[in-house]
Amino acid sequence: MPPIGEIIRNSQIWKSVFRHPMPVDRRNRIVVMLTNFFLHLHPVSIQKQGIALSYTWCMGGVTFFLFLVETVTGVLLMFYYRPTLEWAFHDILSLRDDTSLGILREIHRWGAHAMVITVWLHMYRVFLTGSYKPPREFNWVVGVILLLLTLLLSFTGYLLPWDQLAIWAITVGSNMARATPFLGHEGPGAQLLQLDGVKMITDGSDARFGLLGARFVGEETLNRFYVLHCVAIPLAVSLLLAIHFWRVRKDGGISGPM
Amino acid sequence: MHVSQAEFLEGISGFLGSYYLALGAMNAIAALYVWSSLKKNGLALCWLILALLFVIISPLAYSGRPELIQFISMPESIRNFVDQYMATAFVYSTVTLLSLVVLYQFREFFVKPVVAWLMLNAALLVMGLSMADSDFAAIVTKPDNVPIVAMVFLLGYFTWLATYKAVQNDQRMAQGLEPLEALDQEKVLVWPDLVYIEMICMVVLTAVLILWAIGLKAPLEEAASGVKTPNPSKAPWYFLGLQEMLVYFDPWMAGVVLPSLVVFGLMAIPYLDFNKAGNGYYTINQRKFAYSIFQIGFLEMWVTLIILGTFLRGPNWNFFGPYEFWDAHKVEALNNVNLSEYFWVRGIGTALPKAPEGAGAGTTLLYIVWRELPGILLVFGYLAVMPPLMAMTVFRKFFVRMGFIRFMVMSNLLLMMGLLPLKMVLRWTINLKYIINIPEYFLNL
Ligand code: HEM
Repeated sequence: MPPIGEIIRNSQIWKSVFRHPMPVDRRNRIVVMLTNFFLHLHPVSIQKQGIALSYTWCMGGVTFFLFLVETVTGVLLMFYYRPTLEWAFHDILSLRDDTSLGILREIHRWGAHAMVITVWLHMYRVFLTGSYKPPREFNWVVGVILLLLTLLLSFTGYLLPWDQLAIWAITVGSNMARATPFLGHEGPGAQLLQLDGVKMITDGSDARFGLLGARFVGEETLNRFYVLHCVAIPLAVSLLLAIHFWRVRKDGGISGPM
Repeated sequence: MHVSQAEFLEGISGFLGSYYLALGAMNAIAALYVWSSLKKNGLALCWLILALLFVIISPLAYSGRPELIQFISMPESIRNFVDQYMATAFVYSTVTLLSLVVLYQFREFFVKPVVAWLMLNAALLVMGLSMADSDFAAIVTKPDNVPIVAMVFLLGYFTWLATYKAVQNDQRMAQGLEPLEALDQEKVLVWPDLVYIEMICMVVLTAVLILWAIGLKAPLEEAASGVKTPNPSKAPWYFLGLQEMLVYFDPWMAGVVLPSLVVFGLMAIPYLDFNKAGNGYYTINQRKFAYSIFQIGFLEMWVTLIILGTFLRGPNWNFFGPYEFWDAHKVEALNNVNLSEYFWVRGIGTALPKAPEGAGAGTTLLYIVWRELPGILLVFGYLAVMPPLMAMTVFRKFFVRMGFIRFMVMSNLLLMMGLLPLKMVLRWTINLKYIINIPEYFLNL
C-alpha cells in the first residue's frame, strides 16, 4: 500500500483543490504561486534583497498578520459581548472570570498595541529606505491612511470594555473635537457660523457630538464606536490593504537600488 | 495602594531574578555567537564574564530581602538627583534632543556592534536597577504601559540596525562602490524562500502573543462612572504626545490642527522630497535633510513625547521624576503670562486696551485686534515673511528645484512643525502663555 500522504495527494478531492503536485521542483514551485489564491499576492520570484529580513524587517507582513489575528479574536469576542450600558462591562467581567480559554481578550488587546507599534516601525523602515520615492509615492499615501485607520481602530476599541479606563481615555481624546475650528462649539470661528443670530454650532451639533452621538461619552457613543470598531473601519482597512498590496506589486515589487 | 517596601520587594523579586537570568542568557548566547561564528575569543570572553555577572546577581534579586536587593537598586542619591534636578519638561526635552544629536553625529562609533551591545546592556541594567524602586515599577509595569517599554527597545534596536546599514552603505558609496542591497539582486523563488520566512514569522508571533497574553492580564478597572474622574485622565498611550502638546497649546491646535498637519505632512513627503538618491537602500549621507527632519519629527516630537506623557506625567498632568511618587497634591506654580500683557502692561506700562462699556461688536473686535496686535504681527511675520526669507537664504537651492507651490507647502509645514519647540522654549524661558490670546473667540495660540 502507498503511504497515506500519497493516497491523499492522489485523491480527487486534493487534486480538485490544488490542481498540481507538491511544490518540490522548480516547475511546481512556480505553479503553486500562480494558482493559489492566497499566494498569488506574491510574485513568483523575487530579488533576494527584497526578502532580506534586515531590509524590510518583515514589518508590513507582521502588521498584516496582527490585523488577521485581531479579526479572528475580534469575531470571537463579539460572541460574548453586547454593546449596551447594561451589559458591556458585565460581559467583559464574565469573559475574564467564567470563560474557558480566558486569554481571548488579552490576545486581542496586546495584539492591538503591537499592531500600532509595528505599523510605526513599518513606516519607519519605508522612510529609512527611501521607499516612498517614485514610483511608490501613492502607496505611501495609502499607507498613511492605513496608519490613521489603525490608530482609530485601536481608539474605538478602547471604549468597549466600558470601565473607568475606557470612558475617561475616550473622553479626554474626544474632548479635543469640541475645539475644532469652525466645527466645534468651543473652536475658533464657530461663532461666525450663525443664521439670523442663531448659532449653528452648539454642543448639540458640533464635531464632538457627531463623534460621540451625544454631549458626553454615553450609550450612543458606545453603539457608534462599536459599529465603527467592528464593521466600518475593518472594512475600510481591508479595502485599503488590498490596494496597498496590489500597488506594491504594480510599483515594481519591494524597493531596491535601481 | 501604597504597599510597604518589604512587600513590594517580595512581590517583584521573582520577576527581577528571572530578568537578570535572562540578561545572563542573552550575553551567553552573544558570547557563543562571537566565539563560534566570528572567532573573536577575547570578545567572547568579555560577554561571558558579563553573563556570569548577571547570573551572580540574580539570586540577590530572587531572595527578595531588602538588605540584599539594595545592592542591585539604583542608589538613593542618583534617584533623588534625577527627581529633583532633572524632572522638568525642559531638562527632559533637552537631554533627549542632545542625546539624539550626539548619537547622530558620532553614528559611526555608536553603531559598532560592540558599542551597541554595551549600550543595550547598560540600558537593560538601568532598567533592572530602577525596577527595585516601587514608584518606578508601579508605572512601568502598568499592563497598558508594558507595550511602550517594549516599543522603546524595539525602536532602539531597529534604529541601530538601519543606522548600521546606512553607515556601511555610506562608507561603501564614498569609495565608489554600490550599496550592499545592490549585491543581492539575484532572483529567488518565492516558494520556498519567502513563504517559509512568512510561515516561521507567523508561528513565532503566535507564540509570543500567547505567552504575552498568559503572562499579562488585560487591565479592567471599575465600571465606568461619569462622575468619578480619575486623576490623571489620560488618552490612549499613542495619543499622549498630542495630550502633552496641550501643555503648550489649546485643544484646537494640539488636538485638531497639528495632528491634521502631521497626517497631511506625512502624505506630502513623497511629493516634497525631490532628492532622487537613497531610493531602495539605507543611507544617511545622501539624504541628510529629509532624514534629520523625519527623525526630529518621529523620534523627538512623537515618540519622546509619548514616553513623557506616559511615564512622567502624573496627577494634574504635573511632571514627576521616574522615581517619584505620584502625589495628587503636588502643586506646581503656574504663572504664565500672555504676550499682550508683556507688551502693554510690562512693556509700555498701560492697561490692556479694552473697548469702552456698551461699544458695538465691531468696535469691540477692533479693540481686541489692537490688544493682540503684537502677537498677530508676530504670527503673521512668522508664517508670511519666513517662507520668502527661507527661499532667498538657506533654502535657495530648494526653492529653485521645487517651484513656488511645493516650496510654500514645505516651508509652511516646517514652520508649523517648528511652532511646538518654539512655544516650548518660550514657556520655559519667559513663561509665555499665549502669543495671541482672544478667549472671546476661542482663538488662543
Ligand atoms: C495596516 C497597516 C499596513 C500594512 C498591513 C502594510 C503592509 C505592507 C506590506 C506587507 C508591504 C510589503 C513590504 C514590507 O513588508 O515591508 C508593504 C509595503 C509598503 N508599505 Fe505598507 N502596510 C501598512 C501601512 C503602511 C504605512 C503606515 C505606510 C507609510 C506611511 C506604508 C507604506 C508602504 C510602502 C511605501 C510600501 C512599499 C515598500 C517597498 O516597496 O519597499 N504602509 N506594506
